Amino acid sequence: MDRKPTNLDSTPTQPRPLSPNIQIYRPQLTSVLSIANRISGLVLSLGALGLVVWLNAAAAGPQTYRVVQSAIGSWAGRVVLFGCTFAFFLHLCSGIRHLIWDTVHGFELRSIYISGWAVVGVSVALTVGAWVTSLFIAGWR
Amino acid sequence: MIIEFSDQVPRVTLFKRFPVPRNFKVTPESRIETGRTWSAPAGAMRTKAFEIYRYDPDSGGNPRLDTFHVDLDDCGPMVLDALFWIKNKVDSTLTFRRSCREGVCGSCAMNMDGTNWLACTRFISEMAAPATIYPLANMRIIKDLVPDLTHVFAQYAAIEPWLRSKTPEPERERLQSPKERSQLDGYYECILCFCCTSGCPSHWWNGDRFLGPAVLLQAWRWLTDSRDDATEERLDALEDPFRLYRCHTILNCTRTCPKGLNPGKAIAEIKKAIVERES
Repeated sequence: MDRKPTNLDSTPTQPRPLSPNIQIYRPQLTSVLSIANRISGLVLSLGALGLVVWLNAAAAGPQTYRVVQSAIGSWAGRVVLFGCTFAFFLHLCSGIRHLIWDTVHGFELRSIYISGWAVVGVSVALTVGAWVTSLFIAGWR
Repeated sequence: MIIEFSDQVPRVTLFKRFPVPRNFKVTPESRIETGRTWSAPAGAMRTKAFEIYRYDPDSGGNPRLDTFHVDLDDCGPMVLDALFWIKNKVDSTLTFRRSCREGVCGSCAMNMDGTNWLACTRFISEMAAPATIYPLANMRIIKDLVPDLTHVFAQYAAIEPWLRSKTPEPERERLQSPKERSQLDGYYECILCFCCTSGCPSHWWNGDRFLGPAVLLQAWRWLTDSRDDATEERLDALEDPFRLYRCHTILNCTRTCPKGLNPGKAIAEIKKAIVERES
């Protein structure tokens, strides 16, 4: 390959490459919880659509309602519902964490990590708790 | 695990990188190709492999990842020492910035094992095997590990990082009480290495308009200075959906600061100051 003279000018003759960012940057609790908060928000928006479908079916009459209800009650439906429950609690806990940050509290690195793991632990516990409670009340059908 | 100080290297890492394709959002000229491997000198007893990002603007080629086997018995303890060892003994074209070699100047900021830090204050023993070294993330690269910092320094200039006083110039220094002076602690120590800005995902996607953590920390350093009278103007300039509010409190900045500072907290202080002046 022809060697061009060393480019001493500050304007490059060819576009300078951009160093990698998301492709190499290590996932950390900070960034992972941030993206998890966004994804859970997205899941909740889609879940809200599902809620509208369910309510509409209830309004449309017993036949439509039965179809939708059996879809929700199926294994796939329950998995989706479980995911929505987890997204709800994760988004809730993350939101509370952000509210505390808005008051300029909990910014020491140690606090950031403690509150981060607390968000993970509490949202898992609340999800499991909600499902155990509702299955206990309604029974597994 | 709980990280208490930014210099802590986690004992376990669940994921080395995000599950995205290697060339996710990468333009053709930025694609990294496989480079060459330089073996350790004959007779080396303890060696460690370093995968290092290389880019030569004069060759017309793409960036590549070279592998160097460093003789640890012939090399100092820090990553910067390994870079010097390579430059002196293996490939003299390896290019990187350095000056003070003790974490004061911020020149040797780069991405090591996936996080930004100063090469002079990171022990080789703390690095994974093979150790991976990239330039600061999301920067235009001039050569090898030397990023073009023109844009981030222009962003720094945009916040007017100097004393703006409306009182006439006094005969002697403008005095501060010890309490007023202590307001600057944790902010004035910033060495502008841009580890935080380069590690901020929000700055990756909106860096053209979002000022980024390093510059916003500096903005707060002047806002909280008792001698500065331009608070209103400074807040007016910052109150913008992009310049300030692209910060979503991800806090990669606070995690990565080699000086142990807290850009995330500084930004929260700015957001609070804007709310408070409106109420």
